Amino acid sequence: MSRILLLQGNQAVVEGAIAAGVKFFGGYPITPSTEIAEQLADRLPKVGGKFMQMEDEIAGLGAVIGASMAGCKVMDATSGPGFSLKQEMLGMACSAEIPLVLVNVQRVGPSTGQPTSPSQGDVMQTRWGTHGDHWLIVLSPASVPETFDITLRAYELSEKYRCPVIILMDEIVGHMREKIVLPDDYSKIPQAQRKGPSKKPEDWKAYATDASLVPEFAPYGTGYRWHITGLVHDETGFPKGTPAATIAAQDRLRDKLMKHLDDIVTVENYKMEDAEFAVVAYGGASRSVYEAVDMARKEGLKVGFFRPITIWPFADKQVKALAGKVKGILVHELNDGQYVLEVERAVAGKVPVHFYGKYDNESATPEQVLAAIKKAMA
Amino acid sequence: MSEALINKYFRPGRLPHIWCPGCGNGIITGAIVKAIDKQGLAKDDVAIISGIGCSSRASGYLDFNTANTLHGRALPIASGLKMGNPKLHVIVVTGDGDASAIGGNHLIHAARRNIDLTVVMYNNSIYGMTGGQYSPMTPHGAKATTAPYGNVERAFDIPELVKASGATFVGRGTTFHTLQLIDLIAQGIAHKGFSFIEVVSACPISFGRQNKMGGPAKMLEWQRDHGVMKAAWDKMTAEQRAGKFPIGVLYEDNNTQEYTEAYDELIKRAQGGK
Ligand SMILES: Cc1ncc(C[n+]2csc(CCOP(=O)(O)OP(=O)(O)O)c2C)c(N)n1
Repeated sequence: MSRILLLQGNQAVVEGAIAAGVKFFGGYPITPSTEIAEQLADRLPKVGGKFMQMEDEIAGLGAVIGASMAGCKVMDATSGPGFSLKQEMLGMACSAEIPLVLVNVQRVGPSTGQPTSPSQGDVMQTRWGTHGDHWLIVLSPASVPETFDITLRAYELSEKYRCPVIILMDEIVGHMREKIVLPDDYSKIPQAQRKGPSKKPEDWKAYATDASLVPEFAPYGTGYRWHITGLVHDETGFPKGTPAATIAAQDRLRDKLMKHLDDIVTVENYKMEDAEFAVVAYGGASRSVYEAVDMARKEGLKVGFFRPITIWPFADKQVKALAGKVKGILVHELNDGQYVLEVERAVAGKVPVHFYGKYDNESATPEQVLAAIKKAMA
Repeated sequence: MSEALINKYFRPGRLPHIWCPGCGNGIITGAIVKAIDKQGLAKDDVAIISGIGCSSRASGYLDFNTANTLHGRALPIASGLKMGNPKLHVIVVTGDGDASAIGGNHLIHAARRNIDLTVVMYNNSIYGMTGGQYSPMTPHGAKATTAPYGNVERAFDIPELVKASGATFVGRGTTFHTLQLIDLIAQGIAHKGFSFIEVVSACPISFGRQNKMGGPAKMLEWQRDHGVMKAAWDKMTAEQRAGKFPIGVLYEDNNTQEYTEAYDELIKRAQGGK
């Protein structure tokens, strides 16, 4: 049986997290993500889970890492300034391979910016926010129902690949209310689970891997006494900083994701079959693009919409294929030009890449996107 | 430390440690191990979570569930771990800078929650790992590489800070009074709630040399001559106390509910129980 509900994107995150089996939330309130914390404070104890409002955003992600070390599925949610504060912890989670799901409901920045206005100004920060080469997964939903699905998917990916997964939302999707159909009973939803140890403690190495390149995880307190460090470490988990050990560690962290792009990267193609021109957009900015494409079609323009759902790692293969298919591309973002740089890199001059950025605290209307399409096609 | 204890609690192949000759870190780490042994805890049930610094390197040498986390951030991670698995005895190993500067906010809030963690703060009065900059525990007037004219800042009275923040067990020991130190840490582990033990230690290289302390043995003698047992301290006048500090159990409260227990009751309430 299912229920038909009218929910905010932030509420859909909460439903997705509960359905995925989240057992711990640590965080600090900040607009426009606060509803996630408020509702998990209410929901988690009912399912035997725990909620902690920490003293700041750093501590929020720290507590989440600690609970994940105990084997719990965990969540943290934040926005703008809070996301900036979490970067060091995020790097540690990448290095030590701690599964966690972190929601960033973007607001306008830099600094305090505009707390309740939409922006997609953090898209590069989700990729490069913490220092050093690192790899993680970022997913961006464009609707309330998709937010629920993406939250489930975030747990699948973070547990499977043992890396942080960021759900990159924006004020539009976070606060917008939409119809959503949810199952009555979440117990039938498959529960993602990190791979446990296949050997006895004395034979087990914390960061040894098989062909998947993903190490096995033993929750703290289960007889496997291993060591976590953010220092460069070898398969034993203990620090080792030789050039060879450093390369081996870094390459594996990269390859465990980059060798599984077919599993990780998803995109949506909307009216792309016969398209001669494509709009590329993601998250909340997509909302006006669907309608703009429909309007363009009515005018006889063969326009389609290519929407990355997995934002990072980048849909390189798919964008290259796109460049071989259409005559031109328009990237639309609610910022002054971030993801467009990555699209340009992948397209590599094969077809013109145009940009329509909006960074005036409001999303574009379909008419504005249509005008940008027409200008780019002219 | 006995061969048997080393073999039982230190990870094979991880020694020798990185600490300088004369450093107090080995004494404190040994005291932690002896306290755990004294309490008869199973190794699988103990977690040692540290921040970053010379002292925080201790976690890697010890054969428990361990983590050498981020500078100042051991406490939030330890708090989440304790919430995730309340059966674990979680011991936090931290330096004076780690705990009281970059991690100071986490320290007062973990104390306020009265979450069942045992914090052992290795106080060498200086930033050891980065080579001798002043910390919030560097005495006023002392020299540091970033205080070449003497430290203009004043040090925390860290037991008072932690007590005022809500900690329910507060103690101070030194690396000279080792038997008392083992006992203090053992009591901290046994205490249900947030326990904090400051350990006055020596960094002969990065603090001692700059401040002409006369080397490791002299620095231990300094601890002997300046640390005063709490019972004696209580009888001393303000004049007699000048320049000295009390050691032992400084504060204990066994009537305040521990955080993870309180949270378990909250869960029962949320689920409709009483
Ligand atoms: C965020 C951050 N800032 C600064 C440092 C550099 N750093 C490493 S250890 C340390 C101070 C260590 O002093 P203390 O905590 O007293 O420990 P000790 O080394 O004396 O045991 C500093 C400043 C760091 N690792 N991370």
